[in-house]
Amino acid sequence: MAGDDPGSTQTTELEDILRMRNDALTYVTEEMRAAQGQWGGTRTAPPITETDIRRWAMATYYPKQPPRIYWDADYAATTHWGGIVAPPDFNPFAWPVERARGGSPGLTGRRSDGKPLTGMNGGQTDTYGVPMRPGDVVSARSRLVDWWEREGRLGHTLYVRTEIEWRNQDDEIVRRRMSISIRY
Amino acid sequence: MSIDFDEVSVGDKLPEWSRRTGFAEWNRYAAVNEEFVPFHMDDEAGRRAGNEQGAFGMGNLRYAYIVNALHDWLGDDGIVREVGCQYRAINQKNDVLTVVGEVIEKTVVDGENRVRIDINVMNQDGGRTCPGHAVVVLPSGRP
Repeated sequence: MAGDDPGSTQTTELEDILRMRNDALTYVTEEMRAAQGQWGGTRTAPPITETDIRRWAMATYYPKQPPRIYWDADYAATTHWGGIVAPPDFNPFAWPVERARGGSPGLTGRRSDGKPLTGMNGGQTDTYGVPMRPGDVVSARSRLVDWWEREGRLGHTLYVRTEIEWRNQDDEIVRRRMSISIRY
Repeated sequence: MSIDFDEVSVGDKLPEWSRRTGFAEWNRYAAVNEEFVPFHMDDEAGRRAGNEQGAFGMGNLRYAYIVNALHDWLGDDGIVREVGCQYRAINQKNDVLTVVGEVIEKTVVDGENRVRIDINVMNQDGGRTCPGHAVVVLPSGRP
């Protein structure tokens, strides 16, 4: 127990002071606390076309030719996929005509000098379900999972973990992403 | 076709997969992913963001290189089930990025032949820019 001897009482007071200091500097917002664990609204991408897939593969394989599975329908029909599929990292949400308003709740915090936080992509883990194919319509929803803060090389830093789920028109899971964003 | 699960051993290395990166690669990626972020497009904007050498490459493009390296090793019938990575270093202009990987585990889960791989994207100076892992699924016992 913390109060059993004077030494540990002092330690507890010191810990309290440190905790208060740590609490004083936080980039966590009330909006984040309110949003934690709640799925946001669903966004739906336009139907995927063969051209979208071919261009994606050409860009990410440049300057070499991408594999035929991504652009040659006759060849793709002979594979176990039975037709063209998209590379797993393909993003059907690029080029929306109307962009969704408002960022992630993790984006709204401000530094103590009042400036907005700088954001960086800290990495992600993606788990893939069924592949994306021409004609598929993919929908996405996301939620804040959790966050943590620490003093790092860039000063006080907030790490936010977000889960983003993609499903196709048959409600099959396409991709589940656990993403870490860094704010400092 | 793809490689066979039975042909893969723990300790196997993936064939190295490399690209020299600069505006030709970054602009193409920006075009398909609609990622026109100034510090990826313009040297001055890159310097304003704190990178003295100017514009720098997208983390997402390095991720694409990992996926492509896995695909080219697996063949068209292999399945990429999971990929995770962290972006640890900046991708500078004219960096030669090489995806490297090593098989660390073989398991059968839910009837799937899964191979777990340690992954990284190295630069020409030996910098480990993007440590991560992948899980792929392979067919087995085919004639």
